[in-house]
Amino acid sequence: MIQCKTSKEIGGMGHSMRRKEDARFIQGKGQYVDDIKLPEMLYMDIVRSPFAYAKITNINIEKAMALPGVLAVITGKDLEQYNLHWMPTLMSDTQMVLPVDTVMYQSQEVAAVIATERYIAADAVELVEVEYEPMQPVMDPYKAMEADAPVLRIDKEGKTDNHIWHWEAGDKEATDRIFDDAEVKVKEQMHIPRIHVASIETCGCVANYDKVNNHLTMYMTTQAPHAIRTVIALVAGHVGLTEEKVRVISPDIGGGFGGKVPVYPGYVIAIAASFLIGKPVKWIEDRSENLQADSFARDYHITAEMAGTKDGKILATRFKLLCDHGYTDAAANPSKFPTGLFSICTGSYDYGHSYAEADAVYTNKPPGGVAYRCSFRVTEAVHAIERITDCYAQEINKDPAQLRFDNFINKDQFPYKSALGWEYDSGDYHQGLQKAMEVVGYDDLRKEQAEKRARGELMGIGISTFTEIVGAGPSREFDILGIKMFDSAEIRVHPTGKAIARFGTKSQGQGHETTYAQIVAEELGIPAEHIQVEEGDTDTAPYGLGTYASRSTPTAGAAAAIASRKLREKAKKIAAYLLEVSEEDLEWEPGKFFVKGAPDKAKTIQEIVFAAYTNHPQGMEAGFEATHYYDPPNLTFPSGAYICVVDIDKETGEVKVRRFVAIDDCGHIINPMIVQGQVHGGLTQGLAPALYEELIYDEEGNILNGTFMDYLVPTAVESPSWETGHTVTPSPHHPIGAKGVGESPTVGAPPAIVNAVVDALSHLGVTHMEIPITAPKVWKILKEKGAL
Amino acid sequence: MKEITVTVNGVEHTLEVDPRLLLVHLIRENLSLTGTHIGCDTSNCGACTILLDGKSIKSCTVFAVQVNGKNIATVEGLAADGLHPLQEGFKETHGLHCGFCTPGMLMRAVELLEKNPNPTEEEIRWGISGNLCRCTGYNNIVRAIQYAAAKMRGDELPVTDPEFV
Ligand code: FES
Ligand code: FES
Repeated sequence: MIQCKTSKEIGGMGHSMRRKEDARFIQGKGQYVDDIKLPEMLYMDIVRSPFAYAKITNINIEKAMALPGVLAVITGKDLEQYNLHWMPTLMSDTQMVLPVDTVMYQSQEVAAVIATERYIAADAVELVEVEYEPMQPVMDPYKAMEADAPVLRIDKEGKTDNHIWHWEAGDKEATDRIFDDAEVKVKEQMHIPRIHVASIETCGCVANYDKVNNHLTMYMTTQAPHAIRTVIALVAGHVGLTEEKVRVISPDIGGGFGGKVPVYPGYVIAIAASFLIGKPVKWIEDRSENLQADSFARDYHITAEMAGTKDGKILATRFKLLCDHGYTDAAANPSKFPTGLFSICTGSYDYGHSYAEADAVYTNKPPGGVAYRCSFRVTEAVHAIERITDCYAQEINKDPAQLRFDNFINKDQFPYKSALGWEYDSGDYHQGLQKAMEVVGYDDLRKEQAEKRARGELMGIGISTFTEIVGAGPSREFDILGIKMFDSAEIRVHPTGKAIARFGTKSQGQGHETTYAQIVAEELGIPAEHIQVEEGDTDTAPYGLGTYASRSTPTAGAAAAIASRKLREKAKKIAAYLLEVSEEDLEWEPGKFFVKGAPDKAKTIQEIVFAAYTNHPQGMEAGFEATHYYDPPNLTFPSGAYICVVDIDKETGEVKVRRFVAIDDCGHIINPMIVQGQVHGGLTQGLAPALYEELIYDEEGNILNGTFMDYLVPTAVESPSWETGHTVTPSPHHPIGAKGVGESPTVGAPPAIVNAVVDALSHLGVTHMEIPITAPKVWKILKEKGAL
Repeated sequence: MKEITVTVNGVEHTLEVDPRLLLVHLIRENLSLTGTHIGCDTSNCGACTILLDGKSIKSCTVFAVQVNGKNIATVEGLAADGLHPLQEGFKETHGLHCGFCTPGMLMRAVELLEKNPNPTEEEIRWGISGNLCRCTGYNNIVRAIQYAAAKMRGDELPVTDPEFV
């Protein structure tokens, strides 16, 4: 049971408070970007390339322009006049807004049509005539690295290959020495395929440039409105759009998952169009455009190795990565971390040596690498370590649960310095796995598996015990385009004791309007019901870096607590004044200060706040407001123990997840209902790449499943009934001991599922399966192994 | 242009529409009922689900002219006063995160419960399999529909606090 310090009426931490934001969503009154309608608004639609790599020899816009209702057709040449045809990516690479002469991937933006109506814009797209000279694209990242591969980024002066960057971490020599001498070594090649966030709302915006006041209001699907405002000012300051002239509003967002962090060409073209025409311009992607042109994640090729003893002590790991970024590095990582936080790959285990290296490469795919529900490549890292740990257990014929128990970092070893340099804040991995095994009934399942195997049936049990790294991050290391990754809260309490709290983050379904209110309620005793939370408007919210990578609770949540505590300090002074005692004589309980030993001599927070406006002590500032910008001293390290049980249909190769138990540890829990909901959703987004999702390209660069017809997002039928639970190991450095949870399940689930499938097939000599584990893949293996 | 008459949430409208106008655009743009959403261009996601003469349909897959003389219900018309048991269920059991799929899920579930007032979990899962949700993982959508089913039958309501061991 989760202990609550506040009453249900106050609704502080630990209460499963029903969400405050739901009222509008369940009654059809949410305001998503496509719901915004401004007077004289125009519509933009985009002409896209049918080829993955081609020269553009001519664009004829005549017929399109002749269509009544069409106001403009914008091409790269038009933007070139303003030097807006290229833009920087978040990783300081460059990306075309619109091409002047070459397209680099299929479905790339080639021109944009602006018209008075949505349907006319779509008609005009068909009338824009583009002549191409197709070239042979480079789709395979290994081929892209070969010496004779055509150089794709000839726009970069002096570029002689397709290599983007090299990265490494750890002590190579010491690690190699351990591998040389180790009794047991295992090695596996893994591909974490390109997948898509597929939020049900696509991307879009309404750019509204007001010529008279030289002011831009940009309504857009963004998870990081303040950063976007700064980027707009940096890119368009030279044409007069300085930062005070730009207001970014992120309305209700229909799911983000990292896909709504980057700046896509469509946004920039809409701004340019509104700037040139002087009217609001709306751009909303189709689903197919969304699947084909943006919001990609993953696409890492990983070689993972583990060295250990014969009896199961892990000694070292090695990882070699090839990172396919498409034609530009448009990942949304903190600047100093080109592979994101991949270096969490040493996992939950106590061993001294690891070495990881990565090379990134250009190909003719769309710009890739958004942090899809993941702190920048943690998914890849966790897949690698949890898979290779199982390979090791299989090699020495040891139960994978026992192997994990034998190698876990002990709870008394925290803070723990990992072989690649992170300081894990806290954890109790033994407790988590123990609990997961009890809930799932591990020993009985192993017995059942043995019986089934004897009968020729295929059943597997897979474990994943992962350590996460979230809450980016301490400003000494973490920035995006130079802006430090702090986050903020501003709380104003009105005279009658009700409050408005604003944040630099932006919910996309996580429930911030409820959970942030609960944090303030916990600290101040003002009922969460009476705390209105606002985010997403850069004119009103304090500056922050936004919501992604499970950073909201670790950063803005902490800011909420500390801003509240500043207010409590002020409240104490006022209470002492009102009660005519000294501050030392006062004690706090949620909602009031009282005199020690005389509990009926008390002032409620509401009385105190009222006094702050009506009867404050002389010399004290009136009002009751506080702001805090929180710079975390460290990241937080949530963890989880997941166990998956699969049954495989021998006739079809179909994998069915029979049970899935997820025990998560995200420190202190703000709202159990919401945490559990996050886990359910994240698990389903872990199931998807494990069994169903992958964006597939042919050699010509055609995307083969770029619509919802053939990119299989799991429905309620594919998704199992998830079983969830928790342990609580508070973060010692976080003001409320919380750690963040959103991405844990997405990161932790895939290896549990793969480990279960491999476990089901291990007696046939199977040691690894590449994701997604589709029925044909399994069926083929069964046939090869003569098990049909 | 063609003139059509359609009753939406009990109110009759006569409109001039382009024959190719999709029903979902009629609802969202011409009638400004933006609770009905668009999540795809291939009739897969169900975000646009509404009731046409009481049957749940994907309004992105029907032309506006096809509903001439018919009756439409959208999420905005679900409850005359207060909340429909389904709306209450979604809120009580945390059946939504971002809310983008929610109106479609609600309208689909209306018909589901009309046809089957006491569905099993399996029946609910198949029943909403034409509606995608990327956020919730469906567990709580199933519970929301079970909650509404119990309420509409007049049965004892299920426990709504999460089972989070
Ligand atoms: S919008 Fe996706 S089914 Fe209608
Ligand atoms: S709640 Fe976001 S898509 Fe269902």
